[in-house]
Amino acid sequence: MDIGIKQIEQVARLSRIKLTDEEKGFFREQLTDILSYVEKLNELDTDGVQPMAYATSLKNVFREDHQESSFPRQQILELSPSSANGFFKVPKVLE
Amino acid sequence: MKYEVVIGLETHAELDTESKLFCGCSTKFGSEPNTQTCPVCLGLPGVLPVMNKKAFEYSLKAAVALYCEINQFTNFDRKSYYYPDLPKNYQTSQNYFNIGNNGYVDMVVAGKEKRISIHNVHLEEEAGKLIHPESSDANYSLVDFNRAGVPLLEIVTQPDMRSIEEVESYMQTLRNILLYIGVSDCKMQEGSLRFEASISLREQGSAIYGNRVEIKNLNSMKAVSKVLTYEISRQSELLDKGEDVLMETRLWDDVNSSSRRMRSKEESHDYRYFPEPDLVPFWIKQEWIDETMATIPELAVSKRQRFVKEYSLSDYDAGILTDDKLLADYFEECVGLSQDSPKELSNWIINDVLRELKERKLNVQHFVISPKMLTELVKIKPTIGSSIAKEVFVEMINTGKSAHAIVKEKDLVQIDDTSELNEIVIKVIGDNPKAAEDYGQGKKNALAFLIGQTMKITKGKANPKILTELFKQRLSSISQ
Amino acid sequence: MILRELSANSIKEKIIKREITAQEVVEDLFKWIGLKESLIKAYISLDKEGALLKAKEIDEKLNNGGRVGLLAGIPVAIKDNICTWGMKTTCASKILENFTPPYDAFVVKRIKEEDAIIIGKTNLDEFAMGSSNENSAFHVTRNPWNTDCIPGGSGGGSAAAVTADMAFMALGSDTGGSVRQPSSFCGNVGCKPTYGRVSRYGLVAFASSLDQIGSITKDVSDAALLLQVVSGHDCHDSTSANVEVPDYIAGINSVNNNLRIGVPKEFFGEGLNPEIESAVKNALGIYKKNGAELIDLSLPHCGYALATYYIIATAEASSNLARYDGVRYGHRSQLSEDNIIDMYSRVRAEGFGSEVKRRVLLGNYVLSAGFYDAYYIKASKVRNLIKSDFEDAFSKVDCIISPTCPSPAFKIGEKITDPLEMYLSDIYTIPANLVGIPGISIPCGFTTTGLPIGMQLMGKHFEEEKILRIAKLFENETDFHLKKPGLK
Ligand SMILES: [Mg+2]
Ligand SMILES: [Zn+2]
Repeated sequence: MDIGIKQIEQVARLSRIKLTDEEKGFFREQLTDILSYVEKLNELDTDGVQPMAYATSLKNVFREDHQESSFPRQQILELSPSSANGFFKVPKVLE
Repeated sequence: MKYEVVIGLETHAELDTESKLFCGCSTKFGSEPNTQTCPVCLGLPGVLPVMNKKAFEYSLKAAVALYCEINQFTNFDRKSYYYPDLPKNYQTSQNYFNIGNNGYVDMVVAGKEKRISIHNVHLEEEAGKLIHPESSDANYSLVDFNRAGVPLLEIVTQPDMRSIEEVESYMQTLRNILLYIGVSDCKMQEGSLRFEASISLREQGSAIYGNRVEIKNLNSMKAVSKVLTYEISRQSELLDKGEDVLMETRLWDDVNSSSRRMRSKEESHDYRYFPEPDLVPFWIKQEWIDETMATIPELAVSKRQRFVKEYSLSDYDAGILTDDKLLADYFEECVGLSQDSPKELSNWIINDVLRELKERKLNVQHFVISPKMLTELVKIKPTIGSSIAKEVFVEMINTGKSAHAIVKEKDLVQIDDTSELNEIVIKVIGDNPKAAEDYGQGKKNALAFLIGQTMKITKGKANPKILTELFKQRLSSISQ
Repeated sequence: MILRELSANSIKEKIIKREITAQEVVEDLFKWIGLKESLIKAYISLDKEGALLKAKEIDEKLNNGGRVGLLAGIPVAIKDNICTWGMKTTCASKILENFTPPYDAFVVKRIKEEDAIIIGKTNLDEFAMGSSNENSAFHVTRNPWNTDCIPGGSGGGSAAAVTADMAFMALGSDTGGSVRQPSSFCGNVGCKPTYGRVSRYGLVAFASSLDQIGSITKDVSDAALLLQVVSGHDCHDSTSANVEVPDYIAGINSVNNNLRIGVPKEFFGEGLNPEIESAVKNALGIYKKNGAELIDLSLPHCGYALATYYIIATAEASSNLARYDGVRYGHRSQLSEDNIIDMYSRVRAEGFGSEVKRRVLLGNYVLSAGFYDAYYIKASKVRNLIKSDFEDAFSKVDCIISPTCPSPAFKIGEKITDPLEMYLSDIYTIPANLVGIPGISIPCGFTTTGLPIGMQLMGKHFEEEKILRIAKLFENETDFHLKKPGLK
């Protein structure tokens, strides 16, 4: 298991985290170590085993379709680093 | 070269619930920005989703109405991508175990039956809305999260459509089904119903699909038709020149009627789907499916066929009546009250009721003339005549009064009495000797003039049929 | 008698009996915090004013003969990844440095309703990712038993606060051992209930299928008291169980008959500190002396728990932490923001520390195209095998006892450069999170260097009452829980 710098860059892009060259270097090493360690799972034959995605046996949990009052907008926008005219403001998004 | 067009469609329909998918915020359209938000739909730290039961039931209903196989086990997955209108930067959607798979939509295109296969039907959360300021030098965009978290149904077809006509028919039919089962208001102008198309071209007879282009941002059926027309010519030009069609996502620009490149396949998203741990799985027992099945009304396609058979309507008329379930219900309620005149009722509805509804931008359920009132009008029509009946119809809308009341109030009952009419005929001929003479000399429109004069005197109440007969008899006896 | 050294139950009794006022308790506690916090650094924020206000309210209620709640007048500390309305909740991260939630977590609402006094928010590894508290963006909390050592993580702040008598009880969160491991390092009783027993609403998510809120207390009775208050169904958490909450407070004192205790060999193997091994073996002897039957058993897949955990936890974390993008709240980059992708990438580069970055990168890696089946699905399958191991075991025993950690608290800086080595300290606590069962760590001895040793008791789903009762049995026979670090 060896991760290359390209792969670190790719996963950093997916993660939306800008990495310094130094970070790329040590994350590459550490991820390689960790992924090599988890390779041990391949010792186990898991054919026919159901994946377990939930730690609960609950099912069909619903809420009724009732409208409740929303939060006061001011309270919500106060949390934001940048807002204008009742909107959240972000750098220009090009499609 | 002749190419075969291969088209698949993804439809997003906002479900018509009171509250959002995972929180109690309102789903109302058009409110002030960010006034319908809360920690849950804004993805604040620590908050959790809880599934809206109605939204889930509506999705199941749609999947059943589209003849899908229902997955007994269904769950939700997180679909990861960064976009400022997506509060958690993942969308809770379904990927591995959709509510429904392998369904179909039957439709009629140019008189021929065609079946479009549905790949899957799944439930997901809607994103917010980005607003780009008018001025082009503004270096920011604005976000409104009112829409974020509204329940959204996604319906994905197989690439089964072979022409724009088929696509149009599919969109209409699907919209119609969603309206019939009452899960979405399908208001395209409010974005409740949106389409994404994927289109490829291949040589006639080829079994291999060509490179597919996906087009997003289609907010009207017209836009879908336009973009497909545009793409067909763009792609066939490329193929004619021996060039490749690039596998890519394009964005439709409705203002300039053209599509432009958004991203290529290589840059396409890696969505990193995995099961949403904050929602538990859902098990749909057969009884639940059966109960849902029982709530699905007769859909437009079969209703239309039945109307033709049962009420001897033309296929065209039946099509108009069944296009809107409420209108079809209105018609059948009328027929229930007056079994002997389905054809006439249908004419009234198609010509008069629809015209008024359109003018007043009204829904038939909010129309002042109830089925009972309309059938009453049709019943007394023979006693007042067609033209007065039309006037009564308008008066009914304006006053909300019944046909009976209006006829009585205005004394509009038709004069059918031959001797009474004969006296008037004699008088009119006596008052207009020139016209009578003209008629004798073969000028047939003199008759119309005389009838008009009579109608003026009788305020339109004279039975036109009897009147015409009487004039003809009288005038011919004079000229002889 | 030193007030602050009393258990939560005892201080509550004194307040209710009007031997002392809640205000006096709070004043006394803050005086002590004023003296020792600069050394221990257990807190990220303190709220003396709010605490006194609440204390006054309770005193007035009591003076007027009014009814008070189960936690009347008890000063409680809350891990800073649990949302508190109007009080900063930072997760020890720069990205949430100034975040003040406009809502209370379910557990916070509950303890407020029962008249607890919230005194402050405790330090943790950033977003609860870590085993030492060294990953806090703000400062490192020190172990009150030896201030050169870490207090454990991620709930090190809560554990240190309780140990140093700077809080009578604390709430923490446990994703891979973050309540039990620091409790063991600091000599507290740390209980992670069954997944679904306590609502996660308002707990800032790390790994949603593993996270569970738990208690850090001075003794088992206090754990029963706090759990009594925070357990139960919450309609705002889909994974919250609608299972009746038994009377823990009464339950812990009932008799244990025909107790069968499972001793899993995989938890006593290589890598276990011999002093810890002998302390736990000693404890097992005490149980045996009290009539329990010890049953050797095997949990064959537990050796794979850590690998399984690091795939599932990081996968979930990578998506849970995607929301910190500087749009709706939190840190936003000061640099020019010409492009949204750059803004995201800078905000997150500046806002997250190394451990968080490492886990987000790893999580995104294991979920990315082409790797999903090999990592995430594989791990999910092994998770099921581990669950089966425990189901088999619990068909034979009432509870499973093991060391809480393979080694005692280590020195600050000792393991920070080797993440994998650090991760190994959670090796015994992780299985309970993967399976969703309750686990409790109780003090069972000290190393020759004077550091506490913890013993872990694991039970069947929703059998908190039973493991608390078994823990209480041990506590009745020993006095490890009464020992105090020499902070005077
Ligand atoms: Mg979708
Ligand atoms: Zn909301």
